[in-house]
Formats: sequence, C-alpha cells, structure tokens
Amino acid sequence: MPKVAFTGQLQRFLPAPSMEAAGNCVRAVLDDVCRQNPRLGAYVLDEQGSLRKHVTVFVGDRQIADRLTLSDPVGPGEEVYVLQALSGG
Amino acid sequence: MSNRILVGTKKGLFDLRRTGAGWSVGTVHFLGDPVSAVLGDPQSGTLYAALALGHFGNKLWASHDDGRTWTERVAPAFPPKPEGTEDPHPWTVHSVGMLEPGGVPGRIWAGTVGGGLFRSDDHGESWILNRPLWDQPERQKWMGGGNDQASVHSICVHPANANDLVVGVSVGGAWRSRDAGATWSLIGDGLVADYMPPELQGAKEAQDPHRVVQARSNPDRLWCQHHNGIFRSDDRGTTWTRITSAKPSAFGFAVAVHPDKPDRAWFVPAVKDEKRYPVDGKLVVSRTDDAGKSFAVQTNGLPQQPAYDLVYRHALDIDGSGERLAFGSTTGGVWVSENGGERWAELPARLPPIACLRFAA
Repeated sequence: MPKVAFTGQLQRFLPAPSMEAAGNCVRAVLDDVCRQNPRLGAYVLDEQGSLRKHVTVFVGDRQIADRLTLSDPVGPGEEVYVLQALSGG
Repeated sequence: MSNRILVGTKKGLFDLRRTGAGWSVGTVHFLGDPVSAVLGDPQSGTLYAALALGHFGNKLWASHDDGRTWTERVAPAFPPKPEGTEDPHPWTVHSVGMLEPGGVPGRIWAGTVGGGLFRSDDHGESWILNRPLWDQPERQKWMGGGNDQASVHSICVHPANANDLVVGVSVGGAWRSRDAGATWSLIGDGLVADYMPPELQGAKEAQDPHRVVQARSNPDRLWCQHHNGIFRSDDRGTTWTRITSAKPSAFGFAVAVHPDKPDRAWFVPAVKDEKRYPVDGKLVVSRTDDAGKSFAVQTNGLPQQPAYDLVYRHALDIDGSGERLAFGSTTGGVWVSENGGERWAELPARLPPIACLRFAA
C-alpha cells in the first residue's frame, strides 16, 4: 500500500504522521487520507475535493503533473509526499 | 466599557488589554498565521478565531478558557457542487471574514469570501450553508470586490428579534430576512453604483456595500459605507439616502455607529476608489452627529505627517458605551479613543497588517 508523508509544517496545527493509504492514483490515495482523517484531509483538499492551490504533491521523486484530476499513478510501494508549495505563504 | 480588544492580523491574533497605564499587547495567539475574523461571544464567553492559511485553507479555532487553550472546530464549508450546474462560481470558502453572534444561545453567523453565509446553532461545532440566500437567482450576478469572489461581510441581527436580519454583500447588495434566513428580499432602493453602466447603477444586486452597521437603540437606522459613498437608511435598509457632506472624502471601508445615538457615526475616509490611501497622506476619522448633515474631521492623536494607513471594513469598532472606539490599519497601527474620537491614542506597538479588530469582554 502507498505510504503518505506530510510536510512538517502541518505539525503546528495538528498531528500529521505518515500513514498508509489505499489507491493506485493520487486522487484515490488522498481520498483515502480524507476518509481516515477528515481533519487532516481538510488541510490538503478543499471542500470540493480539489488539491489546495498552494499545496504540492510528489510521488517518489516526481512532482505530479495533473493537479486538476489527480490522475498521476501511484505504485503499491511508492511514497507520496504532501508538501507546501513555495507560493502562497 | 470594554477593556479588551481582539486584533486579527496577517501574522496572528493580538489580545490587547487596558490597564491603568493605557492599552498594551497582552497575549498573542496563532503567531505567524493570518487571522481573518475574531469574535468574543458575549453570551458564552467563547473566543473564536478564523484563520486563512496561505497553504492549508480556512480554519476555525475556539477557546473556552479566555485564550489559554484553543481547539480546532470544523470550519464553514460548502456542500459538494452539483454535477452539471451552470453556476460559474466556485463552491469553496476562501476565508471567513465575519463571525457574528446570532442573538439566541449557541447561534453564530459566519460570512465568507466566496459568498456563502453560514449558520451554527451549536456554538460553532457545526455549520450549515444558508441555501435560501445562496440559491437566490441574483447570486449568479454577484462579483468579487477586492477579492476574486463576493464577500458576505455584514450581518445586522435585530437586537429584539433574532429572526430579523440585514446582510451586506460585496458585491451583491443588501438583503433582508425576517425569518432567520428562511426567505430573503433584495433591498436597497437609493443605493447607487457609479461603476455600472448608467441603466444599471440602481440595480440592487450590483451594489457594493463595504460595510453595513445598525444602531442598537434603533435598528431601523442603518449606516452603510458603500463603494460609492456613505448612505443612511431609516427603514432598515428598504430605502437609502446618499450622504454628500462627508469630509475629506466619502470613500472608505469601515463605519461604526453609536449604540444609543443613531445620528452619530464614524468613518475612516480614503482616496476613492482604486487608490485607497488617506487623503493627502493624513490619517483622519470623520464623525457625523446629525445623521449625515455635517461631519467633523478628527485628527487629534492621529498621524498628520505622511501616513498611508488604510482601515479595512472590520477594523473599526465601538464598544457598548459608545464612547470608546478603536481601529487598526494595514500598516499595523492601532488607535483607541476614550471619548468618541475627540482624542486618539496610538497603541505603542507596530503590529502586522490588520484585517479585523473587535472589542471583547
């Protein structure tokens, strides 16, 4: 199962430990994050399920290409990183 | 008189206290994070702070112990946008700009940038979008004013009837409900939008009230600092009179009204309307005591050397006594008056840019 790690900046607001999340694309993985931890999910996705404008996601060493539908694939053992974009601070 | 002021800034919530020596910064909360709205609920004593985080969205926090500890609450949020809708506007809360006690225990109204009006009946534990207002056909014509999306920024809850509401939307006009938000009427005869084509300048849904406040002793008396000047209503917003005597300008964002003297109101004027800085670089407050027939310009204690402080719509407040006022600026200045603005004292601090300022118990 993919593993999701979160920027340490989130620790200022809530516990955000790495977690396993099911799915074979970024959309599915982040939706599972929201199911497991809705409060944490609201820091990453807005109420329509869109990736927040100034949050960025990497799968392994690849920054995702599709911010709109989050279709980038995620392999079973891959790591997904949810990070702050350098914009938006 | 209130001896406490909550100041929401670009970099945290500053809790100001008045001691014998004057006003000073007490505790600071959420240091480094943008605070878009604050409320000290007079009924429950709970403090609320809305954060507009640059990366992680709008959040709501509450404190039951006067700010010693804070817990996160569910923030106001829209339901899923229906598939196939022709609504061109996003169904997302950009930020909470206003938190207002609803006049009955547990009720709080939240106005948002994004155009949603939300209600909580459980002290902010949960929020429901007011669909009757959101579903008004005129809402499709609402526009951003300063922000990309429309902002619900003012709600006047009738002091004797919590069901009677007047709401101000920038840009989307003034709205009244007499049934706690179950139905709404678009009001505002007499408001004028100079920025619209000639035939649409009186269109009620095209009006840009920057801020609407009511007089506690006479809730039919409303004051509006509008994009195109100052307006007064004597019939709870049904009709408005344009006030043309304001000095040094009629443009601004903030307005405060004396709770028991409805003819007395304060404004912080600026150069209209894309420029938005104090006229001649001098920070002044203007006050009318005669319902807008004349204005006195207050300068005592305010910087008259080059000063480019702008005061946002939620950054001027008056306490229950009607004598103590405070305002905060985009350049982080706070000024407090103990005598209706005859004399102002500057807070000995340079705060981050101020979004909102409010007296609290």
